[in-house]
Amino acid sequence: MAPAMDEGRARWRDAALAAACLAVAGAPLGGIRLRARPGPVRDFWLERMRALAAPDRPWRRLPLHCSEARLLGGLDLSATLRAGKPVEARGVLAEAHRGVLVLPMAERASGALVSPLAAVLDDPTLSVEREGLAARHPCELVVLALDEGVNDEGVNDETLDPRLRERLAFEVDLDPVALADLDDFPWTRPQIREAAGRYRDIAVSEDTLESLCRATIVLGIDSPRAAVLAARSARALAALADLGHPQPPGDALLDAVLRLVLAPRATRLPAPLAPEEPEEPEEPEEPVADSEPRPPDRAADDPPPPGSAPEADAEQSAEQGAPRARDEQERILEAAHAVLPADLLARLAAGERPRGASRAPGKSGAAQRRQRRGRPMGSRRGDPRRGARLDVLATLRAAAPWQPLRAPPPEGALLRIESDDLRILRFRQRSQSVTVFVVDASGSSALYRLAEAKGAVERLLADCYVRRDEVALIAFRGQGAELLLPPTRSLVRAKRALAALPGGGGTPLAAAIEASAALLEQLERRGSSPMYVVLTDGRANVCRDGRTGREAAMEDARAAAASLRRRTRAPGMVIDTSPRPHRCAVQLAEALGALSLPLPNADAAQLQAAVERVAA
Amino acid sequence: MAKAFPFTAIVAQEEMKTALLVAAVDPSVGGVLVFGDRGTGKSTAIRALAALMPKIPMVAGCPYNCDPTRPAAELCPACAQSAALKTRMAPIPVVDLPLGATEDRVIGALDLERALHDGEKAFEPGLLARAHRGFLYIDEVNLLEDHIVDALLDVAASGENLVEREGLSIRHAARFVLVGSGNPEEGELRPQLLDRFGLSVEVRTPQDVAARVEIVRQRDAFERDPEAFIKRQRRKEGRVRRQLQNARQTLERVDVPQAVLEAAAQLCLSLGTDGLRGELTLIRTSRARAALQGREVATLDDLRALAPPVLRHRLRRDPLDESGSSVRIDRALAALFDGARDG
Repeated sequence: MAPAMDEGRARWRDAALAAACLAVAGAPLGGIRLRARPGPVRDFWLERMRALAAPDRPWRRLPLHCSEARLLGGLDLSATLRAGKPVEARGVLAEAHRGVLVLPMAERASGALVSPLAAVLDDPTLSVEREGLAARHPCELVVLALDEGVNDEGVNDETLDPRLRERLAFEVDLDPVALADLDDFPWTRPQIREAAGRYRDIAVSEDTLESLCRATIVLGIDSPRAAVLAARSARALAALADLGHPQPPGDALLDAVLRLVLAPRATRLPAPLAPEEPEEPEEPEEPVADSEPRPPDRAADDPPPPGSAPEADAEQSAEQGAPRARDEQERILEAAHAVLPADLLARLAAGERPRGASRAPGKSGAAQRRQRRGRPMGSRRGDPRRGARLDVLATLRAAAPWQPLRAPPPEGALLRIESDDLRILRFRQRSQSVTVFVVDASGSSALYRLAEAKGAVERLLADCYVRRDEVALIAFRGQGAELLLPPTRSLVRAKRALAALPGGGGTPLAAAIEASAALLEQLERRGSSPMYVVLTDGRANVCRDGRTGREAAMEDARAAAASLRRRTRAPGMVIDTSPRPHRCAVQLAEALGALSLPLPNADAAQLQAAVERVAA
Repeated sequence: MAKAFPFTAIVAQEEMKTALLVAAVDPSVGGVLVFGDRGTGKSTAIRALAALMPKIPMVAGCPYNCDPTRPAAELCPACAQSAALKTRMAPIPVVDLPLGATEDRVIGALDLERALHDGEKAFEPGLLARAHRGFLYIDEVNLLEDHIVDALLDVAASGENLVEREGLSIRHAARFVLVGSGNPEEGELRPQLLDRFGLSVEVRTPQDVAARVEIVRQRDAFERDPEAFIKRQRRKEGRVRRQLQNARQTLERVDVPQAVLEAAAQLCLSLGTDGLRGELTLIRTSRARAALQGREVATLDDLRALAPPVLRHRLRRDPLDESGSSVRIDRALAALFDGARDG
């Protein structure tokens, strides 16, 4: 073993390895989630990756604003009119067939973009049933999702939509890589082509397969897709290493798969010694690979220089029984340590589900706004001059049947269109209502009424369910506030998050209000109509900077409240959870410009009525 | 085009497979909803179903999948008027409603080509027409656009697609088995849509190493040589296809004894499900399962096997009670059957 390799270099080699695998196996691996900020490191990786790809294959960038029509394809209007019969305009997905699709700012991609991508990654055939066209196109893609999500402790963290993430084999964080670490990829295109030729015939040994599947269970990865992708990655790595004679993939290969594919998906860590069985089958939830430094890497991960590593290793199959299982656990742990940031590791080790796991799929930013506001929902007769958008196809359809009755169209035109024929697009108007619950889980609250507050929130949640509102949950205690549940419509998750909420610690009210303001602002930006409900006794004792002290903390809270009031237009209310109504909560409500209400003795109905009053 | 992974090679997920086969035997059970974890092969299973479908008689060239064995009143106008209908045998259609499908393609619309070219007002049938007498599959059904859901709800309830747009006024039969899949973490289903499904299946990830290894091994073998893989499964697939075909024929003859009827009624009563639909579906699915297994008498076992997917989504549920339904059904079943055994 070489001395601890410089972390940045190790990471870069992993990224190179992932690129080579993608070039070898292509679409079956889905692609990579590359966590990196835009900059020379990322550019260099993209450039090298592109150099490995066949030059005659498409390489497309998919901008976030790409409309559904452009993504999937549709009717080519001018060609249709010219030809007098429907002519299809291929969408970006079909155009990128057998090529690479680069998705910058992937963490902000909306559901409208992610769903079709996920569908073609599963089944590389694109079905289009749009605008009078029915077509099927082959669509084998490698997706390079460039995830630029910053993940500081705030509530603004955005991560890649789990549906897309789960279909991309690799995950590499380039943040620790410095310019000095960059190195040219050690493969040439002919070598890649040769490896690609071998890929199909390489089988994964039973041993490797079992190790990989055991690792998914140990790491708490539920989706069978992860194991399938891991097996494919193992084949691609073997193809890269293979000198032409089939060999059982060795330890280095297994480690590379663990690092690149499995460890980033971990939702828990193996206990250092005793292997444990999972107790609950649950939705795979994703850890947020962070940009923290990691412990020094082991040296086994030299990327295979052309045709040499990962070597066959006979030990693996020779070792049997318990020592082997223990060895395996250690290796899994080691891989996790190599790629997961320290704080996430700590949380996993403590048995917590990774936070940020419960991200709602890509629900932010401009794309989302387009989906909520701008998704066409049929068209109706109308005048497009008042800012509405003309639905050309529907207009043509309306005009066509009348042509024989009307005067012949003017010279050069195919149709005579009258104002009666005009159709405008209707958009989905309703903006999504989101109720943000801000729950005080501090010691003082926990003592009195946390259980009751939870009960009240549950009642309100049921109500939100009926109205099909989204809910979000921010909890605060100890040193800060935490977004426990990003906006979601899933009650199962809301309930789970709430039930798991522990109590105790100080009351960092200012931090909670700031976190709420940030979330509310974000929601307003994406076109939702948020409201908030704060459940607290209002007695802050932790300042914004973490110091304790009643006076200063109250002052901070008031300032934060005033700032929230300036920053958003969201209506809100403060529910006083102290045993007797107290002026602290009333003052807080005043500063926020919100309604205040004492939590009566568990009278949830009254509470509900009050919330409805605010929401109305 | 990519080949579909064979149905018979899917590892575990027995409840899902049974539910789909039961719906294929008796379409009147009213659709299957498959909800569950990511990556559990929900859409793989449903797409694989297409390859299993037995053939049924259809009018050759009819875009509405008319059944030539039915009286003229039940056919589309063109078929009803035609003197000599040509029959062809075609597999039961399994139609995919792809993401981003527009309303005009779903319910049908004016045929643009003929309108532009000949100035003729002709109807171009949509996916609903194509799915008639077969399956309509919607992946990510919980994310479907509301206006498409509206159109579907109406058609699924009435069995008829009524098109009133662009100066057209068309109606055609559209009876299909609605199959939806999705992940509940991404959003709940509209209650009205939930109500349209006869069976609701929950799929979970297998938690033992052996099953996972088997899943990966099968996928791996399939990818490396799809043709050979499908060939190896051919006999099994053929067996299931024949099983389906026989079951569809014997279905009408399957007897549901009084004891099963009573158990169904009692089960629904004890669980407090709404209306008669649950009971009716219990009886139909029991009958279909018996037919599938080549029996002419439905048994309490049939009832017991299918009660969870039939009743799971029909319980008056507390929207916050996440695990309740399945547990409650199990308890009611245990009470019913163990009680019966005692008495």
